[in-house]
Order: sequence, then structure tokens, then C-alpha cells
Amino acid sequence: MGALTKAAIAEKLFDELGLNKREAKEIVEMFFGEVRQSLINNDQVKLSGFGNFGLRDKKERPGRNPKTGEDIPISARRVVTFRPGQKLKAKVEDYAGTKP
Amino acid sequence: MTKSELIENIAAQQTQLSIKDVELSVKTIIDMMTQSLSSGERIEIRGFGSFSLHYRAPRTGRNPKTGDQVQLTGKYVPHFKPGKDLREQVDESRENGN
Repeated sequence: MGALTKAAIAEKLFDELGLNKREAKEIVEMFFGEVRQSLINNDQVKLSGFGNFGLRDKKERPGRNPKTGEDIPISARRVVTFRPGQKLKAKVEDYAGTKP
Repeated sequence: MTKSELIENIAAQQTQLSIKDVELSVKTIIDMMTQSLSSGERIEIRGFGSFSLHYRAPRTGRNPKTGDQVQLTGKYVPHFKPGKDLREQVDESRENGN
């Protein structure tokens, strides 16, 4: 099965909500653009029912190049985390009935 | 940022659509994403990231109240992997002292 993409989302907004193609494409871009900008501003994003995007600052820690075995520190960084909401978790869990 | 703030921010950036249309669009996007994952389909948003399902094997758990053992069946959980652009931009914001 294919994956859901921005193009497929825009197509549905065109088909079902009657937005014109340009509007539909813009709304999809703005949706993900706004979420991204909020995260860049270090502000978490809460989409009730779907889940929360948060940020976590990680300290530098020891690491190693898995190919060469060489020790290299993993630098301090800020990472995005996603915690699915109850509704999404429940819906996805039901899919477990259909085998991995 | 909450869903309602997201709707307001999008509405403020454009002039053609009413706030009602923007609200309906945002809800439709979120519903589609939920629907996609619930049917086992991945989501791939270029520049943002991808959502997929991770399988959790069956295990023996415990009822935290009674301490009784319970068999838990295998299940899927949603997983988000940020894309390269998002990862880099978020990390740069830390370096810039945000």
C-alpha cells in the first residue's frame, strides 16, 4: 500500500470540501508549516485526538561509529518527540487484530 | 500551540477562506491522518517527517492494583520520525539560544 502524502491530502480537500486546487495545496502546506514553525520556536504542539509534538534537549553523550568502532561523542541537540493521543492509540491498536 | 491556535494562525495567513473553512480543513487533515494510520498506512510528509506503526510483541503484564498477571496481546503503536529538514531546523533553534 502507498503512503498518505501532501498531494493526497490536498486532493481530498478538493474533492470533499470544494476548495480549489490551489487553496487545498496551500492549506496543507500551511498546516505542516505552522506545526514546524511552532517546534522551531520551541513551542509544543497539541492536536487533541491525534497527539502532541514536543521538544527535548539532549546533553552530549558518548557514542561510537558502528562501522569503524571509533569513539565519537554524540553532540548536544534538540529533538522532536511525538506522543500519540488516546483516540489515535485506541484506533491504531484495533489494527493489531489483523497481524503484523 | 493548540488545534484552535493552529486554525487561527492559518486563517490569518490567507484571505480567500473563512475561518469555518480553515477549521473544517484542519479537522479533515487530522481525520485523514488518523484514518491512514488506523488502516496500517504510513504517512510521508516531505520536509516534515513520516508516521508509521511499530509493533509491540505480546507480553505478560501485571494489574498494578491487584498484582495479578495478565496476558497482553500484541499491538501497534503510532511512531513519528522527524524528517531531515525539521530535525536540522529544530536543532539550529537550540544553537541560536531559543
